Amino acid sequence: MALKIIASQCTGCSACEPECPNVAISEKGGTFVINPKKCTECEGQFDSPQCVAVCPVEGCIKPA
Amino acid sequence: MSQATAFVNIGDLRKGHQALSEVIETPETGGGCGTSGGEGKASCGTSGGPDDMPAEIWEKVKNHPCYSEEAHHHYARMHVAVAPACNIQCNYCNRKYDCSNESRPGVVSQKLTPEQAVKKVLAVASEIPQMTVLGIAGPGDSLANPKKTFDTMRELAEKAPDIKLCLSTNGLALPDQVDEICKYNIDHVTITINMVDPEVGAKIYPWIFWQHKRVTGVEAARILHERQMLGLEMLTARGVLTKINSVLIPGVNDEHLIEVNREVKKRGAFLHNIMPLISEPEHGTWFGLNGQRGPTAQELKAVQDACAGGANLMRHCRQCRADAVGLLGEDRSEEFTLDKIEEMEIVYDLDKRKAYQDKVEVERQAQVEAKRDALAAAAADDGVDPDMKVLVAVATEGHGKVNQHFGHATEFQIFEVSKGEALFVGHRRVDLYCQGGYGEDEALPSVVGAINDCHAVLVAKIGACPRDELKAAGIEPVDEYAHEYIEKAALSWFTGYRERIARGELVHEVRGDASIRQGAYTGAAEEAA
Repeated sequence: MALKIIASQCTGCSACEPECPNVAISEKGGTFVINPKKCTECEGQFDSPQCVAVCPVEGCIKPA
Repeated sequence: MSQATAFVNIGDLRKGHQALSEVIETPETGGGCGTSGGEGKASCGTSGGPDDMPAEIWEKVKNHPCYSEEAHHHYARMHVAVAPACNIQCNYCNRKYDCSNESRPGVVSQKLTPEQAVKKVLAVASEIPQMTVLGIAGPGDSLANPKKTFDTMRELAEKAPDIKLCLSTNGLALPDQVDEICKYNIDHVTITINMVDPEVGAKIYPWIFWQHKRVTGVEAARILHERQMLGLEMLTARGVLTKINSVLIPGVNDEHLIEVNREVKKRGAFLHNIMPLISEPEHGTWFGLNGQRGPTAQELKAVQDACAGGANLMRHCRQCRADAVGLLGEDRSEEFTLDKIEEMEIVYDLDKRKAYQDKVEVERQAQVEAKRDALAAAAADDGVDPDMKVLVAVATEGHGKVNQHFGHATEFQIFEVSKGEALFVGHRRVDLYCQGGYGEDEALPSVVGAINDCHAVLVAKIGACPRDELKAAGIEPVDEYAHEYIEKAALSWFTGYRERIARGELVHEVRGDASIRQGAYTGAAEEAA
């Protein structure tokens, strides 16, 4: 159970990075990536995945 | 048409825009900011001088190109793009690029780390001594990136203490950050406020990210509105100068901005900057893709004039990009890319900067005196309508003078001239007419369209061909005042114009509307492309 960021959609704005409660998001070559081992899809932590809620590009973050 | 209806019937004005060549009825514009000469001092912060405001406020604004219309001729600003993240979505913004209304659309600015940003600021300040202001304006929201923003500010407050620091925000996170803002002596804050009614806001903001949730609709706009008002009140209480930016969106918030003006004035806003919506479809914004148009020059001016008497208006905004460098209307950011500043030897010389700025002050004083003399000369009774007001376009390269060749202008400054005042009311971007020494015939109609509401254009020089074309369009090309101070030149021309009317040599006619060119100022980057 994890989410992934579609690199071609990512603007590299970094909004998602500090919102992740699991510190699963980091920068890689100008865009951001989710470490699937750390991602919980915010289950039990928030109503909805935080990275998806803050991301300015619709459809950029999807289930892996 | 009275001032009261000038903004209500905004749709009607559009007709004029579609047929630029036709002379349409021009609304009687209300006294604009500071134009009510008879009442004595101008109340407008943008054109106000040291006599119009308390000394401590004058000290804060006098060298700030965005807060003082007078200063923008002489002082430069720069923005560093350290804040890419945003906490709201606006319908006029496509986040794949920088915000298209407050920074250049279509080009992502080079993102900087705080360390790189500090280095860039010091490099630019050493090279451009008139650079007095550093702003963090995005490309996202400065306060949605508090660590990056304040790390940059902290370093700069230490290393370049003479540079004024400012930031721009949508206001959502503002109340939480007021203490930090005051800690680093950030004494100018811009808040973008497009509405004070959540019902209007729901048409502008599809969502906000608030307390770990994506909130949509009227509820989102209500939260944003409350945070904006609270943040503004808190800044006012702490003595921080605030500028309110509003994007004029025809049919959505045009009349509503008059209420916005009233509400922000009530809460102590120092300046109100009403900017035209930029919404070309190719920018990919929701408004752009859904056919929402931007306002015409006359529509913009009608709303600005209707707000006169409320919060002071700023009319010299260039909607510059988040990494702009230079005088307003100029962008030298290409000279200061990361690779280039790596190679520069940076010596931050406070004394040299001070010496240069002293020189600027002398020039500025001379400009003020020239205007005073010209106003005295214009006051004489000549038997022509004493309330006549006309717009004049000016080609200038800075220093407050008419000093640019018509063909080299990428923008014109617009002055409203009457017997009692020569007031800067805006600027118009145009395509470069002269390229490689030859006039571009195709560019001329767009230049005429951009200044079609003006009676004259003041230039340092102009070729025979555009001269004839302008005359044919009813705009008088004037090069007699080359290298004179702008206000003096405009008033001298106006006095002569009135004399010609008095002698029966010409008949005064009202001019039509003008078009606002879409796209934020792109300057050198565009010319290189």
